[in-house]
Amino acid sequence: MNYFFERCRAIALACLLLAATAIPALAGPFEDAIAKFANDDFSDTDEAVGIIASSGNPQAFAIISALQEGRLFADPDSKKVYLTGTDGKSADAATGAAVAEVPASAAAVRLNNRLRRNIESALGGLTLMSPDPAKRIASAQSVFKSHEAALLPVIDAALEKETNKAARTAFAEARAAILLYKEDATEAEKIESIAIIKSRGDQDALALLTSLPPDQTLGVTRTAASAITAIKSRQTLWSISQNAWYGLSLGSVLLLAAIGLAITFGVMGVINMAHGEMVMIGAYVTFVVQDVIRTSYPGLFDYSLLMAVPLAFLVAGILGIIIERTIIRFLYGRPLETLLATWGLSLVLQQAVRTMFGPTNREVGNPSWMSGAFELGQITITYNRLWILCFTLAVFVILLAMLRYTSMGLEMRAVTQNRRMAASMGIATSRVDALTFGLGSGIAGIAGALFTQTNAYVTLTVFDFENSAKVMVMLILGGTGRLYGAFLGAAVYMVLEDYFSKLSPTFWQFGIGLEPVAGAVLGKIAILVLIILFIQKRPRGLFALKGRAIEA
Amino acid sequence: MTPHFLTRTLDRSATIFILIVAAVGIVLPLLNLLLPADSPLQVPTYLISLFGKYVCYAILALSIDLIWGYCGILSLGHGAFFALGGYAMGMYLMRQIGSRGVYGNPVLPDFMVFLNYKELPWYWYGFDMFWFAALMVLLAPGLLAFGFGWLAFRSRVTGVYLSIITQAMTYALLLAFFRNDFGFGGNNGLTDFKDILGFNIQADGTRAALFALSCLGLIGAFMICRFIVTSKLGKVLIAVRDAESRTRFLGYRVESYKLFVFTLSACMAGVAGALYVPQVGIINPGEFAPGNSIEAVIWVAVGGRGTLVGAALGAVVVNYAKTVFTSGALAPYWLFMLGALFILVTLLLPKGIIGTVNAWLDGRKARDNANADSAEAEDGIIKPDLEKA
Repeated sequence: MNYFFERCRAIALACLLLAATAIPALAGPFEDAIAKFANDDFSDTDEAVGIIASSGNPQAFAIISALQEGRLFADPDSKKVYLTGTDGKSADAATGAAVAEVPASAAAVRLNNRLRRNIESALGGLTLMSPDPAKRIASAQSVFKSHEAALLPVIDAALEKETNKAARTAFAEARAAILLYKEDATEAEKIESIAIIKSRGDQDALALLTSLPPDQTLGVTRTAASAITAIKSRQTLWSISQNAWYGLSLGSVLLLAAIGLAITFGVMGVINMAHGEMVMIGAYVTFVVQDVIRTSYPGLFDYSLLMAVPLAFLVAGILGIIIERTIIRFLYGRPLETLLATWGLSLVLQQAVRTMFGPTNREVGNPSWMSGAFELGQITITYNRLWILCFTLAVFVILLAMLRYTSMGLEMRAVTQNRRMAASMGIATSRVDALTFGLGSGIAGIAGALFTQTNAYVTLTVFDFENSAKVMVMLILGGTGRLYGAFLGAAVYMVLEDYFSKLSPTFWQFGIGLEPVAGAVLGKIAILVLIILFIQKRPRGLFALKGRAIEA
Repeated sequence: MTPHFLTRTLDRSATIFILIVAAVGIVLPLLNLLLPADSPLQVPTYLISLFGKYVCYAILALSIDLIWGYCGILSLGHGAFFALGGYAMGMYLMRQIGSRGVYGNPVLPDFMVFLNYKELPWYWYGFDMFWFAALMVLLAPGLLAFGFGWLAFRSRVTGVYLSIITQAMTYALLLAFFRNDFGFGGNNGLTDFKDILGFNIQADGTRAALFALSCLGLIGAFMICRFIVTSKLGKVLIAVRDAESRTRFLGYRVESYKLFVFTLSACMAGVAGALYVPQVGIINPGEFAPGNSIEAVIWVAVGGRGTLVGAALGAVVVNYAKTVFTSGALAPYWLFMLGALFILVTLLLPKGIIGTVNAWLDGRKARDNANADSAEAEDGIIKPDLEKA
């Protein structure tokens, strides 16, 4: 709150000057109130805050916020009160006339917790008239939470003048909150208020309704109860979408890794146990890029990811080509041996990275355009996850286009479908193999670069066994041999995982009907068991190619 | 007059192997127990336990070789059967602690008292009796393997897919055993054992006896494997390995053969685990880690897939190397070594040590024969070697 008010200080003065044209300045009570600050008595200060806040005086906001921040000084002898602005200039609080400096006899007006609360709400009331709609909404929100009955007239006045739609809603909600808690409000008013609060439907609304004092009429209690149920079930929906969003955005990184694997395993039939290490290498490339930028070109930090992603692709891709040329090409047709050799490779790569970068976590930052979040309904969408999703989709689209429209893609598809015929047609199959493997590894590298943006650090286990297993499972679910198999498998998997690991009372209440006994770990076990059972039924995945080709 | 199956089971190399293992199993404990501590030939007890560990690994390697080398099933989850056997033995050992635990509860093991268990979970019943635990050492891995194999082989899951789901299986068990509420000691596992069958588990004599028993176990496992692979059943297994569809079309029920050998192999792995736990003194969920199972596969590959002696030899050699590397200044390079081993063995030594030596010997024999019988043209018979993968 403090931060917020500080930022708004500059416009605040201007807005209060505007407000002052509407409300004539009241000479007497305002000065009297200010003098009360000098009494050094908490209840006098409280009274003064109340009077000043409702006075409409242009100085009111400056005075109260100065009080809040300990910049209001009172001289007990002369009963004069001074305030120091944020710019360090001092003024007489009552007249607004500048003074050279605050007399040494003046002491800062003391506060206690009750006063601080009242000051907060008073400031909230004062900014209700701000010309900036965002500020009006924010203060209406704070009134909504405090439901301070004294502010009702101010809210009513504000509501009358309000033209901004969002601000009107906020004021109406604030008014409803006040009315609901006002003891002398009629039943009809209260029920109407509940309807408004219900339509707001967030956590604050729920809190407001549940903490309603018990001495209400039957109608109010009933309406409130039904509103609570309605809000809760709506919140469940929101939390499902929030979870789905999280699943989608984290899943998108895994999806990239799965696409990479779909290329090497699905298309080429090469099982690469070092695939997770390719992801790790992509992540460390990002770290190195950011490290170089931090030490040498700090101004370029915002572009770090844009550099890291292609570089991660290149490094992992070239490494993939080297691996294919030196190890894998000797093992074609011997999948079990490939599995063992690439497992060994993963050990070597892990240890190499550990030797180079140490076993501890290394920090990776978000570029500024990937930091922050915005709200969509009740879902918080962070920019980094949104961008990751965009990157993923872009890579997926580029990859599909490459396979569809370039000669390289054509050769890849030809070699996949019929290696010998492709070779007879003059395609250099071994070159295509190397490039295909490099492509799969490079995409895993991109996945690693993006993965760093989800957790702001990079570590050896950035893509640990669990994630590798997940990716493998996605591929098994989706079926190999087609790229979109990985896509669908990832989607199915993320839904399953979300479903099992987030089984919670809320979900249970929502009617899924499973006893909420399963925790996150049990969720994983359940998935693994399900996969083991699933593979019995559909050994080639949900979306497998049909026909004799698969037996090759 | 030896029975027919023995002469068939024990060719010359098998006999040599058994004799060596038996000699080691007798001599090392004697050197440990009988010689005075300052004698240069005295084998310290820690070495006995260390070698005991290698012998248990050798049994595990045999069980993997039986299914991978002879039936083409690459299980990346055999560590799970090993660990299950180990847990069954560990549970017996836990119950033997009795009231000597830290909390002094006569029935509940320490970790249960610590986790506020009020009474023994039902699946711990019976583990105070050795015969029951010994039965469980066979049954727990055996039943799991039977259930798993029944599902997998019946729906014809083969190759890498099978390898990956065995890996998923051991990983699922790893996660499960890490849970405290699973009732097997959570991530600390089972440890602080006191006695086995009334003997102090720390005593030199018990250690030596356990070592001798492990050697006996190795011999037994080897004999069983030899018996199987030299029988008609073994020939069918090799046929399944080399041409599964063709074997099926010839009228064999491939999945039944696979299921039998897979279950048997799991039981053997369980026995290895059960012998391993009292010698190492602890069993924890880390034994389920997928990496362990894969490492066991590489022992077999190093020694020689499809040669039983090779599997046992590979387990001992690789683990000895591991001990040497990880205890010295070279520790950071061990994973490089292990990784390189995986790559180099599969690329350059696909038959493993024994397989390569055998091939070389056969080649020389064939040359000799050819030289000796050069006058009689090309009838130098090369004995078809079953152990050649």
